[in-house]
Amino acid sequence: MSDTAAGLLQVGLLLVCLAAVYRPLGGYMARVYTSDKDLRVERWAYKLFGVDSKADQTWAVYARSLIAFSALSVVLLYLLQRLQHWLPLSLGLPNVESGLAFNTAASFVSNTNWQSYVPEAVMGHLVQFAGLAVQNFLSAAVGMTVAVALIRGFARAKTDRLGNFWVDLTRTTLRILLPIAVIGTLVLVATGVVQNFSGGHEVTSVVGQTQHIPGGPVASQEVIKELGTNGGGFYNANSSHPFENPNGLSNLFEIFLLLLIPVCITRTFGLMIKDKRQGYAILGVMGTLWAAFTFSATFFENQGAGTATRAAGAAMEGKETRFGEWASALFATSTTGTSTGAVNSMHDSFTPLGGGTALFHMMLGEVSPGGTGTGLYGMLILAILAVFVAGLMVGRTPEYLQKKITAREMKLVSLYILATPTVVLVGASLAMGLAVARASILNTDSPHGFSEVLYAFTSAGNNNGSAFAGISANIPFYNTALGLVMLLGRFVPIVLALALAGSLAQQQPVPVTQGTLPTHKALFVTMLVGVVLIVTGLTYFPALTLGPLAEGL
Amino acid sequence: MASNLPGSVRQFGVALRALLVFTAVLGIVYPLVMTGAAQALFHGNANGSIVKIDGKDVASDLIGQAYTMDSGKKDADGKAIMVADPKWFQTRPSASAYDGAASGGSNLGPNNADLIAAIDERRKAVAELEGVDPSQVPPDAVTASASGLDPSISPAYAALQVNRVARERNLPVATVQKLVEDATQGRTLGFLGEPAVNVVKLNNALAALG
Repeated sequence: MSDTAAGLLQVGLLLVCLAAVYRPLGGYMARVYTSDKDLRVERWAYKLFGVDSKADQTWAVYARSLIAFSALSVVLLYLLQRLQHWLPLSLGLPNVESGLAFNTAASFVSNTNWQSYVPEAVMGHLVQFAGLAVQNFLSAAVGMTVAVALIRGFARAKTDRLGNFWVDLTRTTLRILLPIAVIGTLVLVATGVVQNFSGGHEVTSVVGQTQHIPGGPVASQEVIKELGTNGGGFYNANSSHPFENPNGLSNLFEIFLLLLIPVCITRTFGLMIKDKRQGYAILGVMGTLWAAFTFSATFFENQGAGTATRAAGAAMEGKETRFGEWASALFATSTTGTSTGAVNSMHDSFTPLGGGTALFHMMLGEVSPGGTGTGLYGMLILAILAVFVAGLMVGRTPEYLQKKITAREMKLVSLYILATPTVVLVGASLAMGLAVARASILNTDSPHGFSEVLYAFTSAGNNNGSAFAGISANIPFYNTALGLVMLLGRFVPIVLALALAGSLAQQQPVPVTQGTLPTHKALFVTMLVGVVLIVTGLTYFPALTLGPLAEGL
Repeated sequence: MASNLPGSVRQFGVALRALLVFTAVLGIVYPLVMTGAAQALFHGNANGSIVKIDGKDVASDLIGQAYTMDSGKKDADGKAIMVADPKWFQTRPSASAYDGAASGGSNLGPNNADLIAAIDERRKAVAELEGVDPSQVPPDAVTASASGLDPSISPAYAALQVNRVARERNLPVATVQKLVEDATQGRTLGFLGEPAVNVVKLNNALAALG
């Protein structure tokens, strides 16, 4: 079979699998968020938490609960790392240094999973499974709660109540993430991923050299790392490590997992607002963008530009033999279009425009299809912008899903859209201005060095977590700057999205008339794709010209 | 609950209790149960697919190794310079020297001068070892993998090495060829990933021949 045929079949199988679970999982999630019955285990949990599950919250209380929970998560994760040496299963590793511990805590709580450290040499098993993996679940669930609150903002009328954060968090974790993770763990172990608590052991090879074979509860963490669009590797090489991703099957399964919830939640959205077509339209926009970027990355990697790439004969630097260009490009697109940031190949060594595709994909704000929850609320906010732009064109008051888009909504939308680029670009300029930060660049002999810095801040601000990993980010400047960028890039947009949800929920729905812009048709899908590309393009184009475009053209 | 406290303080109390409960469930119970299940159902996989020869652990089927020998020369730091051992199939260049405790790639960019120099040097070395023209050396033989622990090479690179290994070991070429075929993994299901020859399995099979 030709490489192209195999590559296309691989993409085809992925799409078939996603299509097969779209309705069942989307419908199941809608029932999870609309059911008024608590499971028995959930009732116990609410008793322990001290929460009345029937008490709906206003957007402000919902946001305060979310912030309190995330703030404490940062503190607990920081302490676990700072004390690991005295706790069990540290593998004898010392306590994590304070700057790095802050960066890592911010990183995992904000669903970024940027890693300034080499896990094998820094994090013991306990921090990994009782700290980092727990946040892999919870930060993903937090993203889902925001999406659900925004959906309710559209679905509800004349109320200031958006639901209960603790209930949404608990249901997401126990009814959605955990069951899929349990099944997924076993699938991964069946393909060869390791799952043990051993510190690893020594082998002596047939040529008499000793080698340390690492251990760890990898599969249980790998599955939620992809499912929760987190991306923090158990090992330094992330999903390119044979123990995290041993073969073509595990690779496709991991890509499936990271797209699963962001794709299916568009169905949940359609069901909850009682108009499934709107969900299809949003999915159409996400799918169009994803397909375009997948094509672009695959094309450029197969074309193999770059002097070093041509000297080698193919873009195989930083790629695994078992994945090659096709499966690496497919993973790269899917990990940067969601907020995952796991990698099965090293993006720093991609061809100039192949790596540039991954970078630009993150810059879209991760809405194709985006992170767990974050993708949907990000796209809905862009949809409001698109409706507003359309309203300006024809001179009508813009409406989306029967809610009026007034000055208040547009202010929140504008702030949301500006928040992330601001922290990304200010951070990247600061890093280029400081000699101490410039010293971290690995590829200093071309515009590629600037791409490393831009990629790092884009990845942090959009809570992706992948890297042009040549950059030496474990210095106080980067640990602090990227830590702050991750927290701001996560929680400022979340608060704005919740405020928007609160504002929408209070409105009385306006009736659909002849003059209403239909937001479920191809025209609107095209328009929204255009808005996403134009907004991002205008924001980041100057920066992109200095990096990947300068290198690739 | 202590409803006379301000709302934000109360939320922190709830948050703390919730976080501790979730840490117990997701951070302790979940990994323990999954490890138990994985160990029971897929014992070999869960423990790293370790291979034994004559009762001794020699490798993991999934983790690449270096098949090198001491050249007798030392580098500037006084460390022995290792060169390819011609009796064995060679794995790809590795940014981590196949150290199982330090995975990762080179992260050198597509126009990086150091990378270009390294590729040229590797191409010459491979061509010399195999006694072929440098243009015949396939891409995976001159590029470092993403993990630094890639156990596999392309079928083209394996084919390039068959004659040399057979000669060094006084084995018929057909015998070595057969071992290569046995160690070749096609695309999963016929179209997932890329065909690859697992060098660890291949060399362990060579070792078993004696």
